[in-house]
Amino acid sequence: MLSVVPFGMIYGVLALDAGLTHAQAQGMSSIVFAGSAQFITTQLVKSAAPGLIIVLTILVVNLRHALYSASLAPYVQHLPLRWKLILSYLLTDEAYAPTISNYEEPGDSNNKHWFFLGAGLTLWTGWQLSTATGIMLGAVVPESWSLDFTLALTFIALVVPRLRDRSSLASALVAGSAALVGFFLPYKLGLLTAALCGILAGTLLEGRK
Amino acid sequence: MNLWLVLFLGGLLTFGTRLSFIFLLQKVAVPVWLRRALYYVPTAVLTAIVFPEVFLHTGTFNTSLLNPRLIAGILAVIVAWRTRNALLTVAAGMAALWILQPLL
Repeated sequence: MLSVVPFGMIYGVLALDAGLTHAQAQGMSSIVFAGSAQFITTQLVKSAAPGLIIVLTILVVNLRHALYSASLAPYVQHLPLRWKLILSYLLTDEAYAPTISNYEEPGDSNNKHWFFLGAGLTLWTGWQLSTATGIMLGAVVPESWSLDFTLALTFIALVVPRLRDRSSLASALVAGSAALVGFFLPYKLGLLTAALCGILAGTLLEGRK
Repeated sequence: MNLWLVLFLGGLLTFGTRLSFIFLLQKVAVPVWLRRALYYVPTAVLTAIVFPEVFLHTGTFNTSLLNPRLIAGILAVIVAWRTRNALLTVAAGMAALWILQPLL
Protein backbone atom coordinates (compact mmCIF):
# COMPACT_ATOMS: atom_id res chain seq x y z
CA MET A 1 0.00 0.00 0.00
CA LEU A 2 2.96 2.28 0.55
CA SER A 3 3.56 2.05 -3.20
CA VAL A 4 1.29 5.08 -3.72
CA VAL A 5 3.59 7.37 -1.74
CA PRO A 6 6.20 8.12 -4.45
CA PHE A 7 3.42 8.75 -6.95
CA GLY A 8 1.67 11.16 -4.62
CA MET A 9 4.94 13.05 -4.39
CA ILE A 10 5.43 13.07 -8.16
CA TYR A 11 1.86 14.30 -8.55
CA GLY A 12 2.54 17.18 -6.15
CA VAL A 13 5.63 18.22 -8.09
CA LEU A 14 3.82 18.01 -11.47
CA ALA A 15 0.79 19.93 -10.20
CA LEU A 16 2.94 22.91 -9.16
CA ASP A 17 4.84 22.67 -12.44
CA ALA A 18 1.51 22.90 -14.28
CA GLY A 19 0.70 26.13 -12.46
CA LEU A 20 -1.74 24.93 -9.80
CA THR A 21 -1.61 26.72 -6.48
CA HIS A 22 -0.62 24.75 -3.39
CA ALA A 23 -4.26 24.74 -2.27
CA GLN A 24 -5.51 23.50 -5.65
CA ALA A 25 -2.87 20.77 -5.82
CA GLN A 26 -3.70 19.53 -2.34
CA GLY A 27 -7.42 20.09 -2.88
CA MET A 28 -7.48 17.88 -5.97
CA SER A 29 -5.97 15.02 -3.94
CA SER A 30 -8.88 15.14 -1.51
CA ILE A 31 -11.70 16.16 -3.89
CA VAL A 32 -10.94 13.92 -6.86
CA PHE A 33 -8.75 11.37 -5.02
CA ALA A 34 -7.80 9.33 -8.10
CA GLY A 35 -4.16 9.06 -9.15
CA SER A 36 -4.29 8.73 -12.93
CA ALA A 37 -7.06 11.32 -13.32
CA GLN A 38 -5.05 13.77 -11.22
CA PHE A 39 -1.90 13.25 -13.30
CA ILE A 40 -3.86 13.81 -16.50
CA THR A 41 -5.53 16.90 -15.08
CA THR A 42 -2.17 18.51 -14.34
CA GLN A 43 -1.16 17.88 -17.94
CA LEU A 44 -4.40 19.35 -19.31
CA VAL A 45 -4.12 22.40 -17.06
CA LYS A 46 -0.56 22.93 -18.23
CA SER A 47 -1.68 22.92 -21.87
CA ALA A 48 -4.56 25.29 -21.05
CA ALA A 49 -7.37 22.86 -21.98
CA PRO A 50 -10.92 24.19 -21.44
CA GLY A 51 -12.54 23.27 -18.11
CA LEU A 52 -15.32 21.23 -19.72
CA ILE A 53 -12.76 19.00 -21.49
CA ILE A 54 -10.93 18.45 -18.20
CA VAL A 55 -14.16 17.48 -16.43
CA LEU A 56 -15.13 15.08 -19.25
CA THR A 57 -11.66 13.55 -19.27
CA ILE A 58 -11.77 12.97 -15.50
CA LEU A 59 -15.17 11.29 -15.96
CA VAL A 60 -13.95 8.96 -18.70
CA VAL A 61 -10.69 8.11 -16.94
CA ASN A 62 -12.58 7.23 -13.76
CA LEU A 63 -15.44 5.30 -15.40
CA ARG A 64 -13.65 2.05 -14.53
CA HIS A 65 -14.65 2.66 -10.90
CA ALA A 66 -18.21 1.74 -11.89
CA LEU A 67 -16.92 -1.82 -12.31
CA TYR A 68 -15.48 -1.81 -8.79
CA SER A 69 -18.76 -0.39 -7.51
CA ALA A 70 -20.73 -3.19 -9.19
CA SER A 71 -18.35 -5.83 -7.94
CA LEU A 72 -18.50 -4.67 -4.31
CA ALA A 73 -22.21 -3.72 -4.27
CA PRO A 74 -23.54 -7.12 -3.12
CA TYR A 75 -21.20 -7.10 -0.10
CA VAL A 76 -22.20 -3.69 1.26
CA GLN A 77 -25.98 -3.81 0.73
CA HIS A 78 -26.66 -4.41 4.42
CA LEU A 79 -24.85 -1.22 5.46
CA PRO A 80 -26.56 2.10 6.21
CA LEU A 81 -26.31 4.92 3.66
CA ARG A 82 -23.57 6.83 5.49
CA TRP A 83 -21.30 3.79 5.23
CA LYS A 84 -22.02 3.46 1.52
CA LEU A 85 -21.15 7.12 1.00
CA ILE A 86 -17.87 6.93 2.92
CA LEU A 87 -16.77 3.66 1.35
CA SER A 88 -17.62 4.94 -2.15
CA TYR A 89 -15.51 8.03 -1.59
CA LEU A 90 -12.57 5.80 -0.60
CA LEU A 91 -13.01 3.34 -3.51
CA THR A 92 -9.75 3.71 -5.47
CA ASP A 93 -7.88 1.14 -7.59
CA GLU A 94 -5.51 0.45 -4.73
CA ALA A 95 -8.31 0.05 -2.18
CA TYR A 96 -10.42 -2.17 -4.44
CA ALA A 97 -7.78 -4.86 -4.96
CA PRO A 98 -7.22 -5.88 -1.29
CA THR A 99 -10.89 -5.28 -0.41
CA ILE A 100 -12.35 -7.64 -3.01
CA SER A 101 -9.78 -10.33 -2.10
CA ASN A 102 -10.81 -9.96 1.53
CA TYR A 103 -14.53 -10.29 0.68
CA GLU A 104 -13.91 -13.33 -1.50
CA GLU A 105 -12.15 -15.20 1.27
CA PRO A 106 -14.39 -17.66 3.07
CA GLY A 107 -15.98 -16.52 6.30
CA ASP A 108 -18.60 -14.09 7.57
CA SER A 109 -18.67 -11.01 5.33
CA ASN A 110 -20.89 -8.90 7.56
CA ASN A 111 -18.03 -7.12 9.32
CA LYS A 112 -15.55 -6.93 6.49
CA HIS A 113 -16.54 -3.33 5.75
CA TRP A 114 -14.08 -2.45 8.54
CA PHE A 115 -11.29 -3.90 6.40
CA PHE A 116 -12.58 -1.88 3.42
CA LEU A 117 -12.62 1.27 5.57
CA GLY A 118 -9.13 0.57 6.93
CA ALA A 119 -7.66 0.01 3.45
CA GLY A 120 -9.38 3.13 2.13
CA LEU A 121 -8.29 5.37 5.01
CA THR A 122 -4.70 4.12 4.93
CA LEU A 123 -4.45 4.95 1.23
CA TRP A 124 -6.23 8.25 1.68
CA THR A 125 -3.82 9.34 4.41
CA GLY A 126 -0.79 8.19 2.42
CA TRP A 127 -2.02 10.05 -0.65
CA GLN A 128 -2.68 13.33 1.19
CA LEU A 129 0.66 13.31 3.02
CA SER A 130 2.68 12.38 -0.06
CA THR A 131 0.91 15.09 -2.08
CA ALA A 132 1.89 17.62 0.58
CA THR A 133 5.49 16.41 0.45
CA GLY A 134 5.49 16.65 -3.34
CA ILE A 135 4.16 20.22 -3.16
CA MET A 136 7.02 21.15 -0.84
CA LEU A 137 9.55 19.50 -3.15
CA GLY A 138 7.94 21.00 -6.25
CA ALA A 139 9.13 24.43 -5.27
CA VAL A 140 12.78 23.33 -5.37
CA VAL A 141 12.94 20.87 -8.30
CA PRO A 142 14.53 22.56 -11.34
CA GLU A 143 12.96 22.24 -14.84
CA SER A 144 16.13 20.58 -16.18
CA TRP A 145 15.30 17.40 -14.28
CA SER A 146 12.50 16.76 -16.80
CA LEU A 147 10.29 15.35 -14.04
CA ASP A 148 7.27 15.82 -16.31
CA PHE A 149 8.41 12.61 -18.05
CA THR A 150 7.54 10.61 -14.92
CA LEU A 151 3.90 10.97 -16.04
CA ALA A 152 4.53 8.94 -19.21
CA LEU A 153 6.73 6.46 -17.32
CA THR A 154 4.13 5.94 -14.60
CA PHE A 155 1.48 5.24 -17.21
CA ILE A 156 3.78 2.83 -19.07
CA ALA A 157 4.19 0.95 -15.78
CA LEU A 158 0.41 0.78 -15.37
CA VAL A 159 -0.42 -0.17 -18.98
CA VAL A 160 2.19 -2.79 -19.84
CA PRO A 161 0.93 -5.44 -17.36
CA ARG A 162 -2.57 -5.02 -18.87
CA LEU A 163 -1.40 -6.02 -22.36
CA ARG A 164 -2.03 -9.71 -21.82
CA ASP A 165 -4.15 -10.40 -24.91
CA ARG A 166 -4.43 -9.27 -28.51
CA SER A 167 -7.50 -7.11 -28.00
CA SER A 168 -5.78 -5.17 -25.19
CA LEU A 169 -2.71 -4.68 -27.36
CA ALA A 170 -4.92 -3.48 -30.23
CA SER A 171 -6.79 -1.15 -27.89
CA ALA A 172 -3.49 0.40 -26.77
CA LEU A 173 -2.03 0.75 -30.26
CA VAL A 174 -5.20 2.27 -31.71
CA ALA A 175 -5.54 4.71 -28.80
CA GLY A 176 -1.86 5.68 -28.99
CA SER A 177 -1.87 6.23 -32.74
CA ALA A 178 -5.16 8.12 -32.62
CA ALA A 179 -3.68 10.35 -29.90
CA LEU A 180 -0.80 11.26 -32.24
CA VAL A 181 -3.18 12.03 -35.11
CA GLY A 182 -5.58 13.88 -32.83
CA PHE A 183 -2.89 15.79 -30.98
CA PHE A 184 -3.53 18.92 -32.99
CA LEU A 185 -7.31 18.85 -32.56
CA PRO A 186 -8.68 21.96 -30.86
CA TYR A 187 -9.63 22.09 -27.17
CA LYS A 188 -7.39 19.10 -26.35
CA LEU A 189 -10.15 16.85 -27.70
CA GLY A 190 -7.49 14.45 -29.00
CA LEU A 191 -7.17 12.54 -25.73
CA LEU A 192 -10.90 11.84 -25.36
CA THR A 193 -11.26 10.89 -29.02
CA ALA A 194 -8.24 8.62 -28.91
CA ALA A 195 -9.45 6.93 -25.71
CA LEU A 196 -12.85 6.23 -27.24
CA CYS A 197 -11.20 4.82 -30.42
CA GLY A 198 -9.06 2.51 -28.28
CA ILE A 199 -12.00 1.35 -26.14
CA LEU A 200 -14.01 0.66 -29.29
CA ALA A 201 -11.14 -1.24 -30.93
CA GLY A 202 -10.62 -3.51 -27.91
CA THR A 203 -14.34 -4.13 -27.43
CA LEU A 204 -14.99 -4.95 -31.09
CA LEU A 205 -11.98 -7.23 -31.40
CA GLU A 206 -12.95 -9.15 -28.28
CA GLY A 207 -16.54 -9.43 -29.57
CA ARG A 208 -15.33 -11.11 -32.78
CA LYS A 209 -13.86 -14.06 -30.90
CA MET B 1 -14.14 27.62 -16.20
CA ASN B 2 -12.64 28.29 -12.80
CA LEU B 3 -10.20 25.52 -11.84
CA TRP B 4 -11.83 25.00 -8.44
CA LEU B 5 -15.18 24.43 -10.18
CA VAL B 6 -13.46 21.94 -12.53
CA LEU B 7 -12.04 20.08 -9.52
CA PHE B 8 -15.40 19.97 -7.73
CA LEU B 9 -17.27 18.75 -10.82
CA GLY B 10 -14.56 16.18 -11.57
CA GLY B 11 -14.64 15.04 -7.94
CA LEU B 12 -18.43 14.84 -7.91
CA LEU B 13 -18.53 12.74 -11.10
CA THR B 14 -15.79 10.45 -9.75
CA PHE B 15 -17.68 10.02 -6.48
CA GLY B 16 -20.91 9.38 -8.42
CA THR B 17 -19.19 6.70 -10.50
CA ARG B 18 -17.85 4.98 -7.40
CA LEU B 19 -21.22 5.17 -5.65
CA SER B 20 -23.28 4.16 -8.72
CA PHE B 21 -23.87 0.44 -8.33
CA ILE B 22 -23.34 0.42 -4.57
CA PHE B 23 -26.23 2.85 -4.22
CA LEU B 24 -28.57 1.89 -7.03
CA LEU B 25 -28.76 -1.83 -7.26
CA GLN B 26 -29.08 -4.80 -5.05
CA LYS B 27 -27.46 -7.61 -6.95
CA VAL B 28 -26.38 -6.35 -10.29
CA ALA B 29 -25.28 -7.93 -13.45
CA VAL B 30 -23.47 -5.21 -15.38
CA PRO B 31 -24.34 -5.69 -19.08
CA VAL B 32 -21.62 -7.65 -20.86
CA TRP B 33 -20.94 -4.93 -23.47
CA LEU B 34 -20.46 -2.33 -20.73
CA ARG B 35 -18.17 -4.55 -18.67
CA ARG B 36 -16.16 -5.26 -21.80
CA ALA B 37 -15.89 -1.58 -22.75
CA LEU B 38 -14.90 -0.50 -19.22
CA TYR B 39 -12.18 -3.14 -19.18
CA TYR B 40 -10.36 -1.27 -21.95
CA VAL B 41 -10.71 2.22 -20.44
CA PRO B 42 -7.40 2.29 -18.52
CA THR B 43 -5.44 0.70 -21.37
CA ALA B 44 -6.78 3.14 -23.96
CA VAL B 45 -6.63 6.30 -21.85
CA LEU B 46 -3.15 5.72 -20.46
CA THR B 47 -1.67 4.85 -23.86
CA ALA B 48 -3.33 7.89 -25.42
CA ILE B 49 -1.38 10.00 -22.92
CA VAL B 50 1.92 8.16 -23.30
CA PHE B 51 2.27 8.29 -27.10
CA PRO B 52 2.22 12.10 -27.51
CA GLU B 53 4.49 12.51 -24.46
CA VAL B 54 7.07 10.25 -26.11
CA PHE B 55 6.72 11.08 -29.81
CA LEU B 56 5.52 14.68 -29.75
CA HIS B 57 7.29 16.20 -26.79
CA THR B 58 8.95 18.89 -28.88
CA GLY B 59 5.68 19.69 -30.65
CA THR B 60 6.59 17.84 -33.85
CA PHE B 61 6.74 14.15 -34.67
CA ASN B 62 9.99 12.65 -33.47
CA THR B 63 10.30 8.98 -34.33
CA SER B 64 14.08 9.29 -34.62
CA LEU B 65 16.12 6.83 -32.61
CA LEU B 66 17.95 9.90 -31.33
CA ASN B 67 14.81 10.97 -29.47
CA PRO B 68 15.88 10.42 -25.84
CA ARG B 69 12.25 10.11 -24.67
CA LEU B 70 11.62 7.33 -27.19
CA ILE B 71 14.65 5.33 -26.05
CA ALA B 72 13.83 5.90 -22.37
CA GLY B 73 10.19 4.96 -23.07
CA ILE B 74 11.14 1.70 -24.82
CA LEU B 75 13.47 0.83 -21.94
CA ALA B 76 10.61 1.52 -19.50
CA VAL B 77 8.29 -0.80 -21.45
CA ILE B 78 10.88 -3.59 -21.22
CA VAL B 79 11.45 -3.03 -17.50
CA ALA B 80 7.69 -2.90 -16.85
CA TRP B 81 7.20 -6.11 -18.83
CA ARG B 82 9.97 -8.01 -17.06
CA THR B 83 9.55 -6.74 -13.48
CA ARG B 84 5.91 -5.51 -13.22
CA ASN B 85 7.37 -2.98 -10.77
CA ALA B 86 6.08 0.57 -11.28
CA LEU B 87 8.73 2.31 -9.22
CA LEU B 88 11.58 0.46 -10.94
CA THR B 89 10.03 1.33 -14.32
CA VAL B 90 9.95 5.04 -13.51
CA ALA B 91 13.49 4.94 -12.10
CA ALA B 92 14.92 3.15 -15.16
CA GLY B 93 13.17 5.52 -17.58
CA MET B 94 14.31 8.64 -15.74
CA ALA B 95 17.89 7.34 -15.46
CA ALA B 96 17.93 6.69 -19.21
CA LEU B 97 16.55 10.15 -19.95
CA TRP B 98 19.11 11.87 -17.70
CA ILE B 99 21.99 9.97 -19.30
CA LEU B 100 20.79 10.44 -22.89
CA GLN B 101 19.58 14.04 -22.82
CA PRO B 102 23.02 15.66 -22.58
CA LEU B 103 24.42 13.24 -25.19
CA LEU B 104 21.80 13.47 -27.95
